[in-house]
Amino acid sequence: MYGYLGIDVGSVSTNIVLTGEDGTVKHSIYLRTRGRPIEVVQQGLKQMQAALPGKIKVAGVGTTGSGRHLAGVIIGADIIKNEITTHAVAASNVVPGVQTILEIGGQDSKIIILRNGVVADFAMNTVCAAGTGSFLDQQASRLNIQIEDFGSLALQAAVPVRIAGRCAVFAESDMIHKQQMGYNVPDILAGLCEALVRNYLNNVGKGKEILPPVVFQGGVAANVGMKAAFEKALGFSVHVPLYYNVMGALGAAMLAREATNRKSTGFRGFDVADREFKAGGFACDGCPNICEVVEILESGQVIACWGDRCGRWSNALAHHEKIS
Amino acid sequence: MKVVYPHMGHMWICVKAMLEYLDVEVVVPPPSSKKTLLLGVKHAPEFACMPLKLNLGNFMEAAEMGADTIVMAGGCGPCRFGYYAHVEHAILRDLGYRYQLVVLEPPQKHIGELLGKIKHITGHQSWRRVINGIRFGYHKAEAVDQLEKMSHYCRPRETRAGATDRALQSALREIIAVDRPEKLPAALNNAMGMMNAVSLDKQRPVLRIGLVGEIYTLLEPFSNLDIERKLGGMGVEVDRSIYLSEWINEHLFMGLKKNKGGSKLAKQKAIKYLGHSVGGHGLETVGSTVLYAERGYDGVIQLLPFTCMPEIVAQSILPRVSTELGIPVMTLIVDEQSGEAGLVTRLEAFVDLLARRKQTGKVLA
Ligand code: SF4
Repeated sequence: MYGYLGIDVGSVSTNIVLTGEDGTVKHSIYLRTRGRPIEVVQQGLKQMQAALPGKIKVAGVGTTGSGRHLAGVIIGADIIKNEITTHAVAASNVVPGVQTILEIGGQDSKIIILRNGVVADFAMNTVCAAGTGSFLDQQASRLNIQIEDFGSLALQAAVPVRIAGRCAVFAESDMIHKQQMGYNVPDILAGLCEALVRNYLNNVGKGKEILPPVVFQGGVAANVGMKAAFEKALGFSVHVPLYYNVMGALGAAMLAREATNRKSTGFRGFDVADREFKAGGFACDGCPNICEVVEILESGQVIACWGDRCGRWSNALAHHEKIS
Repeated sequence: MKVVYPHMGHMWICVKAMLEYLDVEVVVPPPSSKKTLLLGVKHAPEFACMPLKLNLGNFMEAAEMGADTIVMAGGCGPCRFGYYAHVEHAILRDLGYRYQLVVLEPPQKHIGELLGKIKHITGHQSWRRVINGIRFGYHKAEAVDQLEKMSHYCRPRETRAGATDRALQSALREIIAVDRPEKLPAALNNAMGMMNAVSLDKQRPVLRIGLVGEIYTLLEPFSNLDIERKLGGMGVEVDRSIYLSEWINEHLFMGLKKNKGGSKLAKQKAIKYLGHSVGGHGLETVGSTVLYAERGYDGVIQLLPFTCMPEIVAQSILPRVSTELGIPVMTLIVDEQSGEAGLVTRLEAFVDLLARRKQTGKVLA
């Protein structure tokens, strides 16, 4: 039996999924990146190998996320695609004809607009809407409720309290104020969800035409209160896919399956987990652009590099890794 | 007198040829770089657009090399470009630079106005020689455009990464080296030979994307983060809606040379969506998008510097063109804040999904 690996290396978390030939998720792993992407990828591979039934053979690997090039070189990825594409691909597979993707993670928020099946526009978090996920976590613990219960509590609200959500600092102080005025917790939670949704739509979705079907994904999509708040603000229903949390990795695996169709994989095997990799870099002084060039070394050998504007370093490498 | 003019892609090659033919000493500033931009950003008003900042940086870098006279194109109409030369000159004066300024404006009535300005720079040259000089520069522009077009075809099809870029560099050197008009045809032949020598995989499927938008951002690779090379590397054959020689012909020669592609057709196509001029290349942006859709291109990318008014008007109209004609359009706005990673991410996403759209021949399933 064949399987496809998708690896999403973000700044906060690293997700690895393995799908079967039919695109269904067989196993998924979530790890915190903690600023050490190479180690985390290696660790994740070990865990994946241990969890897999022996008869599965990896037939394709795709990487995505901000650490996609790094992970791709280390593991021998068949495709290296950015998060916009992988999220769009995964969402279009789950909800055919999707026109809008709302994606809110722990640190990142983005919106992807698809028209005719093609990404027509997208935006990533402006400063203010960043960290929506962590903010929700914080507020849950301040109110002494489990984050898992946050959403269902919010749904019990009779009249959501209006909370000033322009930024997290205002939102927090306004919440405290409303608590002191005696509003009940569900009304406050629902109000907070509505404030965050307003903030997202104003800052991330600014000026974009949000048409249904809408897919809501990323860690925060688990929160049914947020889903309800989006539906209320938009006026139509919002779809949260089953694997809302690993859509990037899922999309990467799907693309890897396409890319290796009738071709063999570049996957270097699970034992890359035991090899020694290092990331280095330097500022080129070849011209006034002073590019910051990144190098990946395996046992002291440069195996890939990027970041040069003119191609002076990346073109010089004998086996040219196509970065896309 | 040592003359400097701002960079705009390969424009320097033809202006240099023209001026040196007329015995004017020329200072070519170093190619626009991060340093150029930093200089400009530091001294320009924050809300000025990127071309102004880069121009300013070019002039400051050229002053170090001894330049003392600025030659720059002007303009008229609602776009701010028309007074850039004067604003830049004033900023430089405040900074203590002693530059003389000559603005080449598009002639209102007669080509003679332009010739007069050029004659002012060249002093006592005969009219005949001045006209020959202009023609020489113009022919170089045509040669450069032709080589660039060849590179657009080669890049996505090259079998060895970077081969097209290397060939284009040597081909351009051939053209740059020519100092007499009679030698140009032979040099162009040579240069085209170099481009033809790039080994290609002609069967490889490529996407075709048309680039529309504001002229400076289209022509100056530093300002658009080298979009043509990036797209080429992703397997895209690009076409630019404006080439230098066409622009010179229309803007400065009042379309003296006929049958030169140019923007007339694009302007006609725009009428359905935008009935009047909005300055800059707003009309052409809309019209060229229509043309690309009609010619079966896979997508269109609009490029503009942040705060560019004519292009913002066009941007607001493009979604309608896109839906009605079924061609995906993406807008990229650049300024000194634009991060390379962000731009690459957007380009990749656009190209990927165009490819998928083409492959499946329908919407994503
Ligand atoms: S890598 Fe190339 S463009 Fe970047 S600083 Fe070095 S020489 Fe300049």
